[in-house]
Amino acid sequence: MKEIMKIDGLSTVFFTDEGKVRAVDDISFRVREGETVCIVGESGCGKSVTAMSIMGLVEEPGGKVSGGSIDFLGEDLLRLDKNSLRAIRGHEIAMIFQEPMSSLNPVIKIGEQIMEPLIVHQKMKKKAARQRAVELISQVGISRAEQIADSYPHELSGGMLQRIMIAIAISCSPKLLIADEPTTALDVTIQAQILDMLREFKESSGMSMMLITHDLGVVAEMADYVIVMYSGKIVEEGEVVQLFQNPKHPYTRGLLKSKPVMGQRQDELYSIPGQVPNPLELASSCYFHDRCEHCMPVCRTRHPGLKEVGGGQKAACWLYEEAEVHV
Amino acid sequence: MSTYLTKRLLYMLVILFAASLLIFCLYALTPGDFITGNIKLTAERKAELREIYGLNKPVLERYGLWMKDAFHGNFGYSLAQQKPVLQLFSDYIWNSFLLAAVSTFLTWVIAVIVGVISAYKQYSWFDTLVMVAIFAAMSLPSFFIGLFLIKILAVDLKWLPPGGMITTGSNATGLAYLKEVVRHMTLPVVVMVLLGLGSLTRYFRSNMIDVLQQDYIRTARAKGLKERKVLFTHALRNALLPAITLVGFELPALFGGSLIIEQIFNWPGIGQLYMKSFGLRDYPLLMGFTMFIAILTVIGTLLSDILYRVADPRVRL
Repeated sequence: MKEIMKIDGLSTVFFTDEGKVRAVDDISFRVREGETVCIVGESGCGKSVTAMSIMGLVEEPGGKVSGGSIDFLGEDLLRLDKNSLRAIRGHEIAMIFQEPMSSLNPVIKIGEQIMEPLIVHQKMKKKAARQRAVELISQVGISRAEQIADSYPHELSGGMLQRIMIAIAISCSPKLLIADEPTTALDVTIQAQILDMLREFKESSGMSMMLITHDLGVVAEMADYVIVMYSGKIVEEGEVVQLFQNPKHPYTRGLLKSKPVMGQRQDELYSIPGQVPNPLELASSCYFHDRCEHCMPVCRTRHPGLKEVGGGQKAACWLYEEAEVHV
Repeated sequence: MSTYLTKRLLYMLVILFAASLLIFCLYALTPGDFITGNIKLTAERKAELREIYGLNKPVLERYGLWMKDAFHGNFGYSLAQQKPVLQLFSDYIWNSFLLAAVSTFLTWVIAVIVGVISAYKQYSWFDTLVMVAIFAAMSLPSFFIGLFLIKILAVDLKWLPPGGMITTGSNATGLAYLKEVVRHMTLPVVVMVLLGLGSLTRYFRSNMIDVLQQDYIRTARAKGLKERKVLFTHALRNALLPAITLVGFELPALFGGSLIIEQIFNWPGIGQLYMKSFGLRDYPLLMGFTMFIAILTVIGTLLSDILYRVADPRVRL
């Protein structure tokens, strides 16, 4: 399968009052055509920042992409000028966000908000765009499309708004859809509908999808390839079945272990001991070392690189490094 | 909507009734009246005049008479000017309105533009410069800026006239008259804009900064919209919404005149008339004017509520 996006050594930093935070620290991965890549991790591990960096929505002076490249269909998004990037945004790469309730403009009609990318990217006339917007609304499974097009965001439920966001995202048939926790704010029955819809669109249009989530259930349901992030770094990646059956990194194992399993009721759910390290205090070490049950002396002093660990999986952990590296 | 309006109009009547009682009593109970201060009059003549003007009747009776007249469209008779209050208003109010309308318009336009740019380029050199200038303008009292500008531009450089609305003794008509008025109003307008600009610019800047951090702005950018479109279609409309409240307050300000500015620039407006009447204890005129401002305030509030309904789809009345 062809690669449509290849990220190499991407780093994004934010400047806070206390100092510089490396939200995304030298990560590399690729997305192939028609593939769903899931990025998993706890809050604050850099998943969303990765998505924002791809979209070029990390805003200076608060933060900036400090290095690496994002190769999308042969062009480096980080080196494109503003106008070329804007032509790709919402057109070839589209994004849906976590909070549908606040992601739509409260004073502009739904229909007009769907029409905007059609007018900008497809050069549609207002009338044609309006017609297409109504089609899109019914395509995402909302009845009374005409009426919905003339209503305002506050008149719709969260699930409907997320459908509208999907309608906006797929309006220009993007090659890559980035979904940043698209179901986190919705209730469970709606979650399944939204995920089904995303999968259907992905299959019928052949687009690729980058799905950001912390819900391993969603990963198991949707992913072809999984990337596990921790404190701005990729700690493990691999094909979904491999990774679920044979997790290598202690963090991935912990994540899988803390997921409740149907039919196995436990008095207390497992949780990984300790807390995510303060991003301001990251020293040269494995960032997971003080929560890890396999912690070795080397883990406290040097950061492990991401290495092949067999079965197409990669993990960044000293447990899998060659013996001679150990000091 | 119509039940809301009926309800609001009823409230308005109640509020205005209470306001009129308060206004009348405050002025009527203040010691002394128009006649007290006149040292040329003998005590007998004073009593005689009080009898003629009805000032010796009990306060409530006087209030009743005042209200009765007001309902017939007669807001009293100025003792000092010997003219009906309403006629005096129409003589002076439009001069004040001219100053206020021009300066309010300029203030809003400049404040929106500067506020939006400052917010968009937050912490840039432009933003810093604007903030410093605003604090400077806000910290200076109006009489200082006014007199300072008169000294520089009118007295020293002689570019603009120091005061008045037309040149003394001038009987220009048509375009020449217009030009004369524009020249005379330039300085007061500049001072009024300088004074009003600070708070309003800060207001729009902070509204805009809030709005620019909203999720829907990120969505608009993610759609690939031009930055101009994001700012003016998506952000500005939301940033302007809370300013509707201010529109309601601007209404009385448009007609109320400016006490200090009109005094400094000798502008024949209602503010100056008001100040003069204070010195003379011309209570009928003062009461009429205060009542007039009360009516405008109530109407302004209603107007801003209705405007909210029009501008913000989330507001239902």
